[in-house]
Amino acid sequence: MARSHPNGPRPTQITAGRIGLYAFLFIAALFFLLPLYTMVVTSLKTMDEIRLGRIFALPETLDFSAWITAWSGACMGTTCVGIRTGFWNSVAITVPSVALSVFVGAVNGYALSLWRPRWANVLFGLLMAGGLIPYQIFLYPMVRAMANVSLYNSLAGIILVHVIFGLPLVTLLFRNYFVSVPEELCKAARVDGAGFWRIFFEIMLPIAVPMVVVVSMLQFTGIWNDFLLGLVFAGRDNLPMTVQLNNIVNTTMGERNYNVNMAATILTAIVPLVIYFLSGRWFVRGIAAGAVKG
Amino acid sequence: MQSAVSIKDLKIAYGDHSVIEKMSIDIAPREFLVLLGPSGCGKSTLLNAIAGLQDITAGEIWISGKNVSWEEPKDRGIGMVFQSYALYPRMSVRKNLSFGLRVAGLPKTEIEARVARTAALLHLDKLLDRRPAELSGGQRQRVAIGRALVREVDVFLFDEPLSNLDAKLRNELRVEIKKLHQNLGNTMIYVTHDQVEALTLADRIAIMRDGVIQQLASPAEIYHRPANLFVAGFIGAPAMNFIEGRIERGNGSPVFLSNGLAVDLSGYSFQAASDGPATLGFRPDHLVLDGAASRLPTIPGHVSVVEPMGSEAVLWFDWAGQSLSLRLMGEVTLQPGDTVAPGVDIAKASLFGADGSRL
Repeated sequence: MARSHPNGPRPTQITAGRIGLYAFLFIAALFFLLPLYTMVVTSLKTMDEIRLGRIFALPETLDFSAWITAWSGACMGTTCVGIRTGFWNSVAITVPSVALSVFVGAVNGYALSLWRPRWANVLFGLLMAGGLIPYQIFLYPMVRAMANVSLYNSLAGIILVHVIFGLPLVTLLFRNYFVSVPEELCKAARVDGAGFWRIFFEIMLPIAVPMVVVVSMLQFTGIWNDFLLGLVFAGRDNLPMTVQLNNIVNTTMGERNYNVNMAATILTAIVPLVIYFLSGRWFVRGIAAGAVKG
Repeated sequence: MQSAVSIKDLKIAYGDHSVIEKMSIDIAPREFLVLLGPSGCGKSTLLNAIAGLQDITAGEIWISGKNVSWEEPKDRGIGMVFQSYALYPRMSVRKNLSFGLRVAGLPKTEIEARVARTAALLHLDKLLDRRPAELSGGQRQRVAIGRALVREVDVFLFDEPLSNLDAKLRNELRVEIKKLHQNLGNTMIYVTHDQVEALTLADRIAIMRDGVIQQLASPAEIYHRPANLFVAGFIGAPAMNFIEGRIERGNGSPVFLSNGLAVDLSGYSFQAASDGPATLGFRPDHLVLDGAASRLPTIPGHVSVVEPMGSEAVLWFDWAGQSLSLRLMGEVTLQPGDTVAPGVDIAKASLFGADGSRL
């Protein structure tokens, strides 16, 4: 009777196709989680257990010694101090690079959003292209330039390089965000007597908080995960975590300590992951924020 | 008496494209001037130029006896209200109102006093701690008006402030703005494309088209004695009826001839007598349904549509292949197809010459 005469809420139908679809998605998700599972499990095993070759088996006893070794005792070449120096190097590189590139990019984007020449779209297309050209092309001239200003192999040098390479994309994202802000908002602020910086700090930046979060996360992930620039520009004392991880994994004395390698890899990858988890809400909001609602 | 705002030979152009062409207006203190015109006529550009938000190409702008042509907006002694409200989204109503005062570096007690005064005037007291997103459209626009008022300046500029509101709110806020003007007595310049707003609010209306003022006069003058065909057609709803024809002056009084129609023009007060091609314009309210009884020249035709509007009705009838309208008070029993012979009151009609200007 309810079926013959449509009335009220539509009855939900669970079909075989639906069940199949969800089953497929569930299995696919499990499949993609497998590497992470293997890494975690392996890092908690002793070498004796690993040698049995059962990579999916759970560890018989929880053994955290590999993690401790990875953090503070693993060897890179002949020095055995673990990955912690790399961790702090990465923090010292990433935090100022993100802060600087986001701030400068936001100011740039704000300024460019006010400036609307007829060929603006071509210009911003070029800017985008600047963000897409592979780093390798810039590598040699950049090394020469850095050496000329005595910033090669220094912390300031690697930060500057990250800021420069981050700016095109950051600027573009902020510019497109600020362009969607109604022009009248700026006019109202000008009538109220606010100047360029006052409008930026008190009106535009607060509006752009979701964008700041998104861009910060993009930049943070990109810079934290960077290998090439860190290797080339940072210098021996400032090598980031990714480069040190590589050194640990490639240092072989006797047997390969798979458990230590896995633990070191997880330690390196966990930072961006944690950031994503903590700010996921903001991330979605920033992505979804197309228009500014008064 | 010194003008509140004075515009002298103002010209605004983008490259070769001229937006405002050599314009001069004097606006008296306490005057409510409405800039009215179709979109793209330059009225908003003119307002922005007065505010200092738009660069000018030539000419001068004076506000309160001071040449402000090169001044920054904040130094011009103006407050402005925008169509999109333009409230600062991340600030509370209180912060929105006080922003300009804080920028100007006024003492805290003074700022609080002014915000409180403005909030009371606009009934915003209870909304002071809300964000703009938590307000309705009407409330937002009141905050935007408050942000202009709190500056306590002589001249207020409104850029289509009611266009984003629904019809009911628009009517309410229109009355509020009129009251505000009566109470405060500031000079107000108000841009709109809505003729009802213009007619109800203005002391004087400047009707603009393609950057040129077509007529600058009181609402009554503009409604009853439009200066040219454009003004006549732009103001009034339904629009003025136009009949093309020619004026002939035999031995006696001039006569308007068109399609077998002959209208004696002796009751019309000419300001520029001329013979030859002309357009007769008359408003729907200036037609009388029974022309013969009131001894007026009649325009016979058949009813095509009746539009009842509650207290009144608009009757459309066909004459010589043209659709003309007539406004009637009260209920109408006429049906489409009925024959009518309305009479036109020539004393209230308008005649336009071949160049479109009033005769």
